[in-house]
Formats: sequence, structure tokens, C-alpha cells
Amino acid sequence: MAELWLQFVLTIDATLRVATPLILCAMAGIFSERSGIIDISLEGKMLLSAFTAASVAALYGSPFLALGCAVIVSMLFSLLHGFACITHRGNQVISGLAINILASGLTVTVGIAIFAQGGQTPFLMSEQRFSAITLPFAETARHIPVFGTIYAEVISGHNLLVWIALLSVVITGYVLFRTTFGLRLRAVGEKPEAVDTAGISVTLMRYQAVLIAGFLCGIAGAYLSIAHGAGFVREMTAGKGYIALAAMIFGHWRPVPALLACLMFGFLEAIAARLQGVEVPFLGPMPTDLILVLPYVLTVILLAGFIGRAVPPRSIGQPYIKER
Amino acid sequence: MPFAVSMSGICKRFGAVTANDHIDLNVLSGDIHGIVGENGAGKSTLVSILYGFYTADSGTTEIAGIPYTHNTPADSIAAGIGMVHQHFMLVPNFTVLENIILGHEGYKQLSKSMDQARHMLSSLSQQYGLDVDLDAQVGDLPVSLQQRVEILKALYRDARILILDEPTGVLTPQETNQLFDILRALKKQGVTILLITHKLREIMAATDHVSVMRGGRMIAHLQTADTTPDQLAELMVGRPVQVQKQWHKANKGAAIVSVKDVQLTRSKTQNLLSDITFTVHAGEILGIAGVAGNGQSELLNILAGIIAPTAGHISYHDHHIDAGNPADPQKIKSLGVAHVPEDRHASGIVLPFTAAENAALGYEKNVSGGYGHAFLSPQSLRARCAKLMQRFDVRPADPNLKSSLFSGGNQQKLVLAREMSATPSVLLIGQPTRGVDIGAIEFIHQQLIDMRDKGCAIILVSVELDEIMSLSDRIMVMNNGRIMGLVEQATANVKDIGLLMAGVQ
Repeated sequence: MAELWLQFVLTIDATLRVATPLILCAMAGIFSERSGIIDISLEGKMLLSAFTAASVAALYGSPFLALGCAVIVSMLFSLLHGFACITHRGNQVISGLAINILASGLTVTVGIAIFAQGGQTPFLMSEQRFSAITLPFAETARHIPVFGTIYAEVISGHNLLVWIALLSVVITGYVLFRTTFGLRLRAVGEKPEAVDTAGISVTLMRYQAVLIAGFLCGIAGAYLSIAHGAGFVREMTAGKGYIALAAMIFGHWRPVPALLACLMFGFLEAIAARLQGVEVPFLGPMPTDLILVLPYVLTVILLAGFIGRAVPPRSIGQPYIKER
Repeated sequence: MPFAVSMSGICKRFGAVTANDHIDLNVLSGDIHGIVGENGAGKSTLVSILYGFYTADSGTTEIAGIPYTHNTPADSIAAGIGMVHQHFMLVPNFTVLENIILGHEGYKQLSKSMDQARHMLSSLSQQYGLDVDLDAQVGDLPVSLQQRVEILKALYRDARILILDEPTGVLTPQETNQLFDILRALKKQGVTILLITHKLREIMAATDHVSVMRGGRMIAHLQTADTTPDQLAELMVGRPVQVQKQWHKANKGAAIVSVKDVQLTRSKTQNLLSDITFTVHAGEILGIAGVAGNGQSELLNILAGIIAPTAGHISYHDHHIDAGNPADPQKIKSLGVAHVPEDRHASGIVLPFTAAENAALGYEKNVSGGYGHAFLSPQSLRARCAKLMQRFDVRPADPNLKSSLFSGGNQQKLVLAREMSATPSVLLIGQPTRGVDIGAIEFIHQQLIDMRDKGCAIILVSVELDEIMSLSDRIMVMNNGRIMGLVEQATANVKDIGLLMAGVQ
């Protein structure tokens, strides 16, 4: 019984680790899409910033410098997305897709050019990464039943970026629903002409939104390569950007429901990892591939219609053009 | 006293089109000043320049005597100009309060801005008699209240000059009168009002001065008291026009359209149409009146077979259609029913197609001289279109021209020509003269009367009450998806129909 409890607590702990990049990306998506800009380039921006973070950390050794560079690179690609979609009124899906393809090729090419390790970056030492923060009394508390285990395993022992991800949910909610900026941001995704006639620049609002999205994506990427992992591996985002997008839609473009959706996807992935090699009666060892595919299958099923009617911001995907 | 607004030599071109050609406009402070003109006369462009939405190519503007070069709506708002747009600039899923403060919040923190606005708005709405629930979602409000929100929004920004662009298009006659009462109250407080409309009756009822525009030019400035609707109409069109009724009594034939207990539900709680029962006879025009969005569009789409009713029966001649056995538009067409849709750009024509292609859409089988049903010969498409264009006076009479290059009136005539080409026994027609110039309106109305006299049963949906009243033999009024009443032409009057439109029986 105690063993099972520990297994459960460890799974919850893993859930949080796996969900962190999803949460950051989902919040990024909320900012962008609430302003009316579809952002499927979450995936690409995360990959680019993961690569940037790992490279900078490997070359210069500072995780904070690496994080900063990752964020800047991600924001630069947000600007590119904005330039295509806002300034030039291009197709937002195509622009996002282009960034994803670019990211996938660019990371490997530059990676080989710099490190000559087949597109990977060197393995990072612990001082080059964000390491786990053990909260006070975690070791002493471990022996207290229930709460002690939860405190030691689930709450303590995470790196800084996990906490930032959770904080980002609170901040997103506050900014969107409690500030003037948030009111304008939501309005611009619903009815940009109302914002324009009220004397506010639609272009500026949307650029701000995609830049915030880039900022959050940058943190998510850095988390993958220099906090959760210890280096960059080609295609290491593995569709997480799309899953985050699914979680955002699942959460109806709202921060807290989107957080819960991210945690659910994270939980499935964590379970999949735990179930690997477990003997199932009659079936023998659990087929690993089947388990790993579960979150992706679930995404398809959920998006296909099990989530009720998800009403997106009214003007999403439409470039703003004054009449005539 | 200086003019509240003084514009001189304003020019604005959009590509090859000159929307405003050296326009001069002077508006007295505290005046209700009307601007009339047909569609495309340049009224909206002119006020959009005044509001800073567009920038003029040349010309100067003075506000209260002060030269003013403004480029953005923000500058105009700061100069005391407020505008109520034809299509409301409101976010439907925001509350009234959120919509009013948007862009003019005051504080970074929303709750502080809201508290301050709530306080200010309560005194504003008392002062002008503009009552609205500040916490209601704008999308749930009827259009007349949404319009009040727009007016409040302008007043909250301290507007001293209020521009209203076609404000009465979505109002019942009673609501229109209420709006004019509000405008008079504003005038008393010293607000200058610029009223843009194409309805002469409203100019006569509400304004002190009126300016007439035609083809991008300013034609005349008049004192409203010194003019007549006939004179204004003549100035707008540039030639004498008949404004009187075209209707004359007709010979009713047998009932050929019968609709019984038709119902349309969107969800368990929401009925879009309920208990719709009526008949239409050969040689009769049934006009369906109502404020936009009260079920007329859905009814028209059901009759045309585009959407299936949830319950009820419809019969054309001896063909029965019901909820369990719905018909598609092609089937309906084969019963001799033609349909001129309400929104010609969405469902009447394909804008990038040539006139010849659009003239055949849905009637490809009637194009003679082809190579059988699967092939269409371009020559016969063009020949057919040229014939229709001549009969319906479509200008320019060029079958190869892209449909988007025709004016609204000529596009509409093309659709009408196509639908009438098969000599239907029933014609369903929605908003026949929306976005159509006066000359074409006359022509289209005459065509409808002629068709009726030849024995066609016509169901006419329009939000223009004048149009309904001047064409219909019987008038059916709808409100909230129900039939409020059926009025004979002989006894019809605006007041009663207006009450029915508002849902008062």
C-alpha cells in the first residue's frame, strides 16, 4: 500500500515536470490567440529556444544567460510571425507552419556546424542547468505520512522554471481579466474595429501579444533543454507545442482550465513512462509504443468533439483591414 | 459664432474612385445637421475622414474655429468628436460597461476604471434619459439598446460633436422617434449632431439643416424648413423621381404557397421561428416586415430549401415539404420557385465570376446551344447574359465583366434577371433594394409589380418599411420568430406596423 502511494505521488510529481512546457506554451497561445493571431509556431519557437539555451549553456556555462538568449530568440521569431501576419496580413497558419519547418531544419544545421555531434549539443553539467530547488525541511518532512510525502516529492525538488510556469498562469489570468491591457487584448481578438475606433492601435496590441507569446515560449524551450533535460536533441519538442495548443482550446482560451488540460496531458505522459515494462495480466509486458502514443491519440479524440463547443475569439485568424 | 465643424476642399480617392471631390461642409454649433445622399455618394467617407478613420488626400478641417489636422480616431476623440457607426463598434461578449470604457479606461487596473466609470455613467444616463443595464452582455441586448450604448460611449468620452451614420436602419418607427428625442435632448445640452441617412423622411423630421451629396460631390446646403422631400430626392438623384406609391390593386388567384405551423429551434430553449402559418396567392405580394434579426431571414431560407424546418409543412402548388421530408434548393427551384437572397454577396452571386457566369448559376440547364448537360459553351453563356442585361437594363452591358466591378444596383438587377429568367410561379425575395441606388430601386419595384400582375406569387422580406408598404398587398409583421399580425394594404399604417414590429399586439 505504501509502495503504491509512493508510486502515485511520484507520478504526480512527474506530471508537473512534463506539464511545465505545456503550461508555458498554452499561456503563450492564450495571449496570442486572444489577440486574434493563431500561433501554431509555438512548437517551432520552443524548439529554437531549446536549442539556443542548450548552446549558450554549453558554450558559456550560465543557465541564466542561456535562458535570456532563448527568450530573445523566441521573441525574434514572434516578431517575424507578427511581421508576416500583422503588418503584411499574411495567412497565420502558413506563417506558423513556415516557422516550424524553419526551426526543425535550422536547429540541426546550426547544431552540426557548431558542435559537430549530429545535431545534438554537448551534455550539460549540473552547474550549467537549472537544478532542483529542495525546499526547507523536505528531508525531515518525508517521514510524516501523506503530507510529508507530498511535500517532499511533489512540492519540493522542482527547478525554478517549474515555479515560473505555475506563476505564469496566475499572471496570465490577472493580466487578461483584471487590467486595462487585458481588456484591450481581449477586445482586439473579438472585434478589432471596435478597438481601432476607440483610438487604440490594433497593430500595436497584436504585436505586444505575440511578443508576450514569444517570451513564454522561450522559457518553455529553455526548460526542455537546460532544466528538464541536459542538452538539446533534434526534434526534442516532439509535438509539445501542438499539444499545448490543444490544451488551450480544450481550456476554452482561459488560463486555469488550460492549466488543468495541460496537467491532464502531462499526467498521461507520466503514466505512460511509469507503465513501461510493467507486466499486465494476460498481455505480458505493457507495449511501450502504445502507451507513448496515448496523449497524441487523446488530443485527436478530444479535439474531434468531446470538448463541447469551443468558441474561439471571434476575429481569430483574420488580418485586420479597414473597410475598402 | 464659429462653426462647430468646418471642412473645406476635402478630397479622397480610393484607387480610381473619387469618393470625395472638393467637399465643403459647415455645421453650426448646437445644430442637428443632416447629410443625405444615395449609396456611394461619399457620405460615409466624409464622416470617416472627420472621425479620423481615413485621412483626406487634401483639404482642411476646423473644429470650433481651430484648424485641426488629425490622423487617428484617438485625436478626434480628444477633439470632442464621437461617432456612432452604422455597424456598431461593440464587442458582443463584453458587458456594456467594458465596452464603454474600452480605450478610455483611466487606470491600469480594471476594477478602478470600472468603479469610476459606473459613477460617471449613472449621472450621464440620468441627464439624457439613456437607461441601460451596465452589466448586461452587449450581444444579448436588442439593437436599439446597443445603439444607446454607442451613444453613451461617445458621451463618456465628452463628445461635443456626435456623428450618427445611418442610425435608423435597424430600428422600428417608434424606436426611431425615441432616438430623435434623445438627439433633441443632446442638442439642448449644446451637442452638435451630424446625422447621415438616405431616408428623406428622417431628414425632414429631425434636422435643422441638410446637405445633399451626389457622386462624391456636395450638391446643396439647405435649411430643412425651406425644402421638401421631392426637392431633396431630385437633388440626390440628379433628375426628377417619383416618390409616390407604385402599388395598385391586383387580381388575386388561387393559393399556391401554404405554410403551416413551421418551427425552427436552435436549442432546447431557443426558438428561432414558432407557429408560422400563412398562405400566398397567385398575383399577390406578401410583404414580411420586421426589424432585422426577428426570424425573417430564417423563414426565407426555409422557404428556399436552404435550411430544413424543425417542424411544420410547406406546400408549393401540390408538392408537400415537411420536416421529415425536407427539400434541397434545387428541388424547390424545379417546383417553379425562384429565390433572390438577402445578401447578394454571400449567396446571390460569386463576385470574382463574370456577369455571364453569374447569370447562369443554378440555371445551367437553361443555357441553350451548349454541348449537352455536362458542358457549357462560353458563347451561349454570353449570349444569354447579354439578352438578360438588355431586358433588365444592367449597366455596363458587358457579359465578360467581373461581377465585383458592377455597382450594387446592377449586381442586384443581374440576380433578379437570372431568377426571373425561368418565369417562376413563386418568387422569394429578400432585401431587394439593399445597397441599391434610387434609379435602380424604381426599376426593381416596377419589375416586382409587373411579375405580380402576370400571376406570380411574391414573398418579399425587407427591413425597409417604406418598401414593404409601397409594394405589398398584404403585410405580415414578425417579431422574435413569431407572426405578430397580418395587415391588408388598404388599412396599413406606419404606427400600427411599428408597434407590431416592436412586439406589441
